[in-house]
Amino acid sequence: MSERGYSRRKWSNRVVLSLSGIAAGLAIMVLVLILGYTLVRGASALNLDFFTQGARPVGVAGGGMRNEIIGTLILVGLGSLFALPVGLLAGIFLAEFASPRTAASVRFAADILAGVPSIVVGVFVYAVVVRPLLSYSAFAGGVALAIIMIPIVARTAEESLRLVPSSMREAALALGITRWRAVLSVIVPGALTGILTGIMLAVARIAGETAPLLFTALGSFWGFRGLLQPIGALPLQIYNYALSPYADWQRQAWAAAFLLIMLVLAISILVRRLGSRRRA
Amino acid sequence: MFGRGGHTGDRVFPRLTLVFALIIVGILAGFLVVLNIDALPAIRHFGLSFFTSSTWDPVKQIFGALPAVYGTLVTSAVALLIGVPISLGAAIFLVEVAPRWLRGPVSFLIEMLAAIPSVIIGLWGLVVLVPAMKPAETWLSIHLGFLPIFKGTVLGGLNVFTAGIILTFMIIPIITAVSRDSIKAVPDSQREAMLALGATRWETIRRVVLPYCRSGLVGATILGLGRALGETMAVTMVIGNADKLSAFLFSPGSTIASKIASNFGEASSQLLLSSLIELALILFGITLLVNVIARVLVWRMTSVKAAE
Repeated sequence: MSERGYSRRKWSNRVVLSLSGIAAGLAIMVLVLILGYTLVRGASALNLDFFTQGARPVGVAGGGMRNEIIGTLILVGLGSLFALPVGLLAGIFLAEFASPRTAASVRFAADILAGVPSIVVGVFVYAVVVRPLLSYSAFAGGVALAIIMIPIVARTAEESLRLVPSSMREAALALGITRWRAVLSVIVPGALTGILTGIMLAVARIAGETAPLLFTALGSFWGFRGLLQPIGALPLQIYNYALSPYADWQRQAWAAAFLLIMLVLAISILVRRLGSRRRA
Repeated sequence: MFGRGGHTGDRVFPRLTLVFALIIVGILAGFLVVLNIDALPAIRHFGLSFFTSSTWDPVKQIFGALPAVYGTLVTSAVALLIGVPISLGAAIFLVEVAPRWLRGPVSFLIEMLAAIPSVIIGLWGLVVLVPAMKPAETWLSIHLGFLPIFKGTVLGGLNVFTAGIILTFMIIPIITAVSRDSIKAVPDSQREAMLALGATRWETIRRVVLPYCRSGLVGATILGLGRALGETMAVTMVIGNADKLSAFLFSPGSTIASKIASNFGEASSQLLLSSLIELALILFGITLLVNVIARVLVWRMTSVKAAE
């Protein structure tokens, strides 16, 4: 092969490999731009009122998102309350009891459910919860978030349970305890870190969800007034305030975005540390 | 091993877990049944004209989905056209190029992008990206105005193209992560054979690695498409929400998801509500199909390694 052909091949190799680095850099740049802007705008928008005051009527300056912070906590709590039993037991079923064919179908259903657009989840819950109860409600919002949370919890629980060495399973059974006791008192504790990781990721996800709450929790000017009443949430209020023409409301939207991003960041970093400790 | 009728717990507990696992299947079936029943009035009333009409008039009670379907396809196409090369490049970088110590942090940062709530990306898009898009789009419409998609007057940054750019940001993490795993699943023996023949790294990647994991890469792209089709908040906030059918990329539009998000709350009549639920059913059907195809492709690719 000629010398010129060789140097051309080396050159194109270098160009393309550099381009791949630029592509990765671009993806990270987008993250830095969004994160950086939100952190800077949000940090300067936060104040004590944001945490202690409720919303003010249109045209009245000031106020905060105390009600929406409480609302998000209640909605995430309700979502977890509904989703955790289903997700965890389904995960145990997939990892421990299902025949390969049943497991494949349930796993497939979970993956498909995870891919359903969150706005469709909102429409579905409107039809099955809001309409029969004749009211938008915190309960309906919790159900919508639970539907998003279930597949995440089920799949991560299953994967963590599968990582428990079968020697532990056999040792427990050899001691003469029943199979279900072995699952609950040996295998599940052995997979606890992984299961908790999955739950935290799911919480981070649903805490920022907006679309499924639009026609379920709806949002509310007041704070929590009962499970069957509408309730506000931070992401909903970001949406409402972002599209408003008032500078003070836009400032509060950034403060809320800051709070949500910090939550997501904290969980992501914690999960990463748990993950690396588990591998070590 | 476990005698029949021996331990009550061993009969009850597995069945209990089965019941909860079936709830997942039940929810999925529930989507199909409920959305179909509630969309029926609109399906009966409009039939196929729902897809061909671009009128959305709550006063005359005429609803057509064409602009929303069109907007969904165009924004997703823009996102894939820009997002796939970037994601594929990043995935190649992560597996084949980057030094080992860099791979973990870069993967983590790209995955972080997927963790940012959609509404925050929308807020950022509205405040930062929309104003920045107008000059760029004006420039494109002047210099590439001979193409129909760029031909027109740019009124502002709230438009279909901006929504496509926002979607690009949102699909990069998933396409990168799944492509990375597919590329990783290519056996090293394949690379070594090619390198031993004197090929450069890029030739190895292009001639051996990428063809080997092609189905995984296609699966990754389709998963990204599934994400783009159903993305709601960020798109609703930057697309301008207009019921217009226009080839011009820089004009306001809507997607199926944004249409539902911005109209459902004020649905004043049964027919309007039913039409919006039909939109949800269409979106559900499309994403279902797309996700099934993607799962099968990715599963085929990543199980290759396990089989060896």
